Parts: sequence; C-alpha cells; structure tokens
Amino acid sequence: MGIKGADKGERKLSFVNKLYFPEIFKGMAFSGSHMFRKQVTISYPEQRPVLGPEFRGRPVLVKELGQERCVACGLCARACPPLAISMQASETEDPKERFPETFEINMLRCIYCGFCEDVCPEEAIVMSSEYDYNFKTREEAVYGKDKLLIDVAQLKPRLDFLAAKRNPDFGDTHDYDPKNNNHSVRDRKRLNA
Amino acid sequence: MSPLITTLIIIGLALFVILTAAAYAVYFERKISAWIQQRPGPNRVGPLGLLQPLADVIKLLLKEDIVPEAGDKLIHFLAPIISVTVALSAYAVIPFSQDVYISDPNIGVLFILAATSIGVYGITLAGWASNSKYALMGGMRSSAQMISYELSMGISVVGVILLTNAIAPDGSNYLSLKTIVEAQYHSAWFVFLNPIAMFIFITCSFAETNRAPFDLVEAEQELVGGFHTEYSSMKFALFFVAEYINMLVASMFITTLFFGGYLGIGESFFRETELWNSEIWRNLWGISWFTLKTLFFAGVFIWIRWTLPRFKYNQLMDIGWKSFLPVSIVNLMLVAIGIYLYINYIQ
Repeated sequence: MGIKGADKGERKLSFVNKLYFPEIFKGMAFSGSHMFRKQVTISYPEQRPVLGPEFRGRPVLVKELGQERCVACGLCARACPPLAISMQASETEDPKERFPETFEINMLRCIYCGFCEDVCPEEAIVMSSEYDYNFKTREEAVYGKDKLLIDVAQLKPRLDFLAAKRNPDFGDTHDYDPKNNNHSVRDRKRLNA
Repeated sequence: MSPLITTLIIIGLALFVILTAAAYAVYFERKISAWIQQRPGPNRVGPLGLLQPLADVIKLLLKEDIVPEAGDKLIHFLAPIISVTVALSAYAVIPFSQDVYISDPNIGVLFILAATSIGVYGITLAGWASNSKYALMGGMRSSAQMISYELSMGISVVGVILLTNAIAPDGSNYLSLKTIVEAQYHSAWFVFLNPIAMFIFITCSFAETNRAPFDLVEAEQELVGGFHTEYSSMKFALFFVAEYINMLVASMFITTLFFGGYLGIGESFFRETELWNSEIWRNLWGISWFTLKTLFFAGVFIWIRWTLPRFKYNQLMDIGWKSFLPVSIVNLMLVAIGIYLYINYIQ
C-alpha cells in the first residue's frame, strides 16, 4: 500500500488499539480531565502577572537622597546597542563631580537588553519591572529625567537581585571590596559623617 | 387552533431556537476548547462572554463581501444559501416531543438522509464557484467523504428500521421518526440493542457534518480555509452557521435513532402518572429530555473536535471503505438474524 517501506517505523498496534474506539475514549477522558484543571491564563488588565526581580522592564535611573546616583560617565550610552541613551554631563557644587544635566532614553529604540545596567559602575541605571507604558508621538517616546528617576526604595528588589547575582567573578580580576562600592563621592561624605 | 397555524407557530419557534442554538454552539465551541486548553475562553462581551455570538454576527455583517473576479458569481451566491436551507430543512421531521414536531411523514428517515446529503452540494459548489485551487480541493474532498460515509451510515440506519419493524405494531409507518422513538419505548433504547451501529452512525455523522477529526474539507493547515477560502462577510457566516446547524441536526438524529429521542429515564413511570394526560406536562417532559440528550451529543461533537487530530485523506478513505462498510454490513446481518431468531423461537 502506498510508498514502499513508508510504514517501516510505525509502531505495531494490538487488536484493541486497532479498534480505535477505546483509544478515542482514552483521549476524551484526558481532554475532559483538562476541562477541570486550574486555568493558566491571567485576565491581563485586571490581573497582573507576578514579576520577579529578574524581569527586565524599562530602564530607570535610581534616585537616592533626592538625587540621581548617575555620575554621567556615559558608559551606558556607549554600551547601548540601539543607541537609545543620550546624556549631557555637568558639574555640581557638591563634592560629587558630575551629574547628568539631561538624561534621555528613547523608548522606541530600547530593546531591554540590560547592557546599560550591566556596565553601570554606580548601580545608577537599572531595569524596572514596568513594561506596559505607551506614548502617542515620537517626541513623547523620548523619556527624560522626569520620567526616568525612580526612588531607590521602589527598586530595592532589583538592586538586591543585582547584588546577589551580578558579576560573581568580579573580585577575581580586581581588588574588589564591596565596601568601596558606595555610590559616588556624595555617599562617601555621608559615610564619613 | 387550526393545524396550519399550530404548525406555523412550531416552525417559527423551532427556527428561532435552532438559529440561537447554532449561534451559541459557536460560543460553546470556543468555551469548551478553551477549557480543554486550560484557558477561560471568550469572557469580554457581556457577562461570561455570553453576548459574544451577537458581536460575531455584527462583525461579520459589517465586513466587506468579496466575490472572486474569475469565479462563477451566481453559484458563489447560491452555495451558502443551499447549505443553510438544506441544513435547516432537516428539522422538519424530527419529533421534539410526543406532540411537538413540524411534520411526521412516513419517510422521515429517508428525508433526513436525503437532506443531509444535499448539504454537500453547498460545499462542493462553493469550492467550484470560488475559482481557487484550495476551495476546489475542499469541495472535492467533501463530496468524496460524503459518498464514502453515506453508505455505512445508511446501513446502520437500516438496522434501526429493522428493529422498529419488529417492535412497532403492524401497519405503522416504520420510517417515521416518531414510530422509531415509540418503538424504543416499547423495547429499549436502540443503543442497547444495536451498539455497533450506534458507533458507526456517530462516526459517520462526524464525517457527514465535516467536523474534526474528519474536517478535511476545511483543513486550515493544508487548504487555507478549504471550501470557504474565498468567502467573506455574511456568506461566510452562513457556511459557519450551517456547520453548526448540521452538528445539531446530527445530534438530534443520533438522539432520535439510538438514544430514545424524547423518551426520558423512567418514562414508563411517567406515563402512568396524571401528568401524562396533561398536554403541557407531557410535551415539556419530552422536550426537556430531547434537549438534554441533544446538547450532550453536541457537546460530544465539540469535545471530540478538541481531542482528536485530523485524519489523513487515505486514512479517511481506508476507514470508510475498509472498516466501516464491512463491519456495518456484518452488523446488519447479525441484527437481522437476531430479530428472526427472536420472533420465531423466543417470542
């Protein structure tokens, strides 16, 4: 029947299998049992998914003590594959040397890769868990500091996650002491006081 | 009330109920498929998504009606009409209860078999008129499928008629569906007397209504949309409704032939009581049981669709010609011999 040798790999069926009806009932019992299982769907706008700290939503700037942690080094802008980040650095009267006068992320360009977060020496830019935002024009899509700055308390899960998981081999190549990683000169002053 | 007016009222009611039921069959198709896949299903339009069929109909009505430039426009227009009309006409002979039926001709079974067979014209003509290879393939498959499965279906129905002939009193119309139901009251539901025919008949009904696992006519994965590839707007909706009307007809036919039609569980006790003499209660009882059984089989249709994968075309033909036809012929002979032995030696 048909192409020669086409049924070579087919499994042998017993008589009961060949009757086919018992197998159909088995299948129906299986799909019927699924009807009463727990549904996996979330009714999205009303119910929200529970996102862990590992989720990469839109990138935000960490705001600590009323100021951004960012020192406008420009590493994130250099690392950004789609060139979504741009900033203008400026100096302050603080002992802290620099801060971003403007910091813009074009959300139409952002691909949520998280490279900016990876390269940031100050833990100043992190990926938040926010993912459902919208804009009506291209101009609106360029987020400035007003939209990007988020208080450190809200970002704690992500920062803890980064502290625990990021760069596990960091100390191998550098003389690394976590105590030294204290976020800019401003914080050092606070620590000394 | 004159019989004409009563019949017209029943026709109107049946039409309304059946079209609504067909619309809600679509809803339950989506709901049950969702439950089987652990999803909630349509739940946005109205409470529990119950107004979804209405929204679907409005959407389809508002769509542009596209007719293929190179197709046969007249046939393209006629095909969905044939589908729906023929599907609806099959309801004319089904007894919904003791007294509620549109008509009870002495050839009810033949009428249904004929009407459901004509339904294939709608599909084949749609395939032909679309001037599209996919649609044509779907149409051809439909007619081949119909020819292959009509035989075993007819033969399994013959078994039922033989049983009716043996049980029903002499001189009654053995091909009338009401006689068949009453014969089941006097003996047992024919599913217990002739189970193999029941299985064959149900399977053939799946093939006749072009539903999974025999939905090669549509076969989205191979044929785009099959016969309705080139149909849009309300014409598509008519095909869609016709499929579900056919499904309900098949469920009703299965119920009537094998599962006692409007007979309920404990029918003999009910017929003893006072309520049997009241026309309203008698028919309410009958209609309730009939609806219950029909809905169950409609549910089975949907359940099967979301359980079994589609057959290959050669498997379809193999099952039809090599399995069901011989088995149904042998089964018919066994039934005939059984009836002969029962009448001559046991009774």
